[in-house]
Amino acid sequence: MPVMSYREALTDAYRLSMRKDPRVCILGEDVAGGAGASGQRNIGGIFGPWPDFLPEFGEQRMIDTPISESAIVGTAVGAALCGLRPVAEIMFSDFLGLCLDQIWNQAAKFRYMFGGQTSCPVVIRVNTGAGMSAGSQHSQTGYGMMTNIPGLKVVVPASPADVKGLVMTAIEDPDPVIIFDHKSLFTDKGEVPEGEFYLPFGEAELVREGDDCTIVAISRMVKFSQKAADALAKDGISVDIVNPRTLSPLDEETILESVEHTGRLVVVDESNPRCSAATDIAALVASKGFSSLKAPIEMVTAPHTPPPFAPNLERAYLPGPKDIEAAVRRTLKG
Amino acid sequence: MSQPLSAEQLLGAWRRMVTIREFEERLHREMPKGMIPGFTHLYSGQEAIAVGVCDTLDREDVIVSTHRGHGHCLAKGCEVKPMMQEIYGRAGGLCGGKGGSMHIADFSKGMLGANGIVGGGPPLATGAALAFRNLGNRRVSVGFGGDGSANQGTVFEAMNMAVVLKVPTLFVFENNGYSENTAADYAIGARDLAERCAAFGMPAETGDGTDFFDVYERTQRAVERARNGEGPSSLVFTCTRFFGHFEGDPQKYRAADEVDTFRQTMDCLSKFRDRVTGEGWLEEAALQQVHDEVLALIDEAVEEAMAAPLPDLATLTTDVYTTY
Repeated sequence: MPVMSYREALTDAYRLSMRKDPRVCILGEDVAGGAGASGQRNIGGIFGPWPDFLPEFGEQRMIDTPISESAIVGTAVGAALCGLRPVAEIMFSDFLGLCLDQIWNQAAKFRYMFGGQTSCPVVIRVNTGAGMSAGSQHSQTGYGMMTNIPGLKVVVPASPADVKGLVMTAIEDPDPVIIFDHKSLFTDKGEVPEGEFYLPFGEAELVREGDDCTIVAISRMVKFSQKAADALAKDGISVDIVNPRTLSPLDEETILESVEHTGRLVVVDESNPRCSAATDIAALVASKGFSSLKAPIEMVTAPHTPPPFAPNLERAYLPGPKDIEAAVRRTLKG
Repeated sequence: MSQPLSAEQLLGAWRRMVTIREFEERLHREMPKGMIPGFTHLYSGQEAIAVGVCDTLDREDVIVSTHRGHGHCLAKGCEVKPMMQEIYGRAGGLCGGKGGSMHIADFSKGMLGANGIVGGGPPLATGAALAFRNLGNRRVSVGFGGDGSANQGTVFEAMNMAVVLKVPTLFVFENNGYSENTAADYAIGARDLAERCAAFGMPAETGDGTDFFDVYERTQRAVERARNGEGPSSLVFTCTRFFGHFEGDPQKYRAADEVDTFRQTMDCLSKFRDRVTGEGWLEEAALQQVHDEVLALIDEAVEEAMAAPLPDLATLTTDVYTTY
């Protein structure tokens, strides 16, 4: 199986999807880049996911837009209602605040509010997460808020294979989907199946199998949990690591089965802790898997602060492998 | 002046305008009885705009409406009875009773939904037009808004985006003088709304929203430009609303005689009737016959809606997703 980076997997998935279906188009700020400028056209996107998409797919399908998040998403949503399969790119998930109405009140509501008359096959792709000293307005996640919205599907790819399989599924999905690509994972490499590859929504990945504790980790935290698991293994502690892949729908069964086997749960999410994906998963296990628990549930998250700028502060803000390792050890003391 | 539309077209326009008027006047009388749930915003007084605009469109063209959407729905071809059922929250409503007055939609008629968010619709109209551009057909989209929506950033973004992408869409602003309780003259800093629309880089003009013929002709030109690939246009139509922002609005912000005066001087139905009979295009008797038919239909629609079954409780959780 070929090895490629998270970014290359992303490129591969969108290129295959656009070749397969001429209705797919991508719109956003600088998705091709250089429109109307005096220098190079076809920059390939700010984080570089669209190299040479412009010459291959043309300006009608690689649509550079003004900096107008509300209109980017709204235009994509309206186009989705009228026969296209648009992908709206929002450069940083922090900018979701600028287009929340089009996600929350429009795209996610149409099918229900209009009595099933329509579907709304739009994809919103955002770059997410901390780790680049990008400060409080370019480092947040936001998938917790999005998971709170009925009618919207929420995708959190943790690996290059995840990216490819989940993006290809998202583009063919009839419902609105938001994909959070972690910008600190873009250069990570992994094996990715060749050709068309689809991962179903609502099916978690059991990344690692063990007996003593279940770690449910989101996005980049899967990688950190594997490091923690390696350290714990040296002391003979083995863990299940569950990568949900999608937060909505959520694979409750895999999480509950794992906790039934291990009796312990650590939820790891780099987001703020209140009303978050972590509390949601903890509540799931507390309400439906309580009898399996041998120890209190541990949550490893960022503190309830905005992401800071200074690198040492940001390192302290982000959960790391050592925090996860310590949390697992706490569950074992109980 | 030569007759701009055939007698059949004129009678059709009359039927649609009278249907909207009588639909709304009836709801105004029914609301206090307590059988209609939720918030309702009536369109009475603005009929010439919805009908004048939608009569220039084909069935395949689409519109995106507002919270004051009954007129747009009826003008674009939504049936009276399923609309009435929707407003009464019944299973047979256009949205199965899950939308209500503010969310009536009929995709089979190109009516992509009333919208409870002021300024929520125009970005969708830009998107619909992008789809038509990319699919290479000659369809157009219309995003309706009021003077209130004209101050929303989402609308500015949608207008600029439509110009940049050169898509076939129309932004229609119905300036009825009030954003809820606040005068448009106060809330629109630019004063001349069309001038502000033009500043986005598209043709924009102001018309008389109480004159069906003025609305029709201005819209027809804008639709033609859009179909010919010349991009978006904005149209501002001045008008008034005969009722409050919502049903139950005490309208303390309006002078005591304002609505009565406007009903005398700004009634688009009277103007239409006087014009078509004065010019000899239609007979008074034909207009009256249509009016009588409309009243009978609305009587039936209300009666049937009140007797219609409520939505099955099982539908509470259906149609959230297509697949999940």
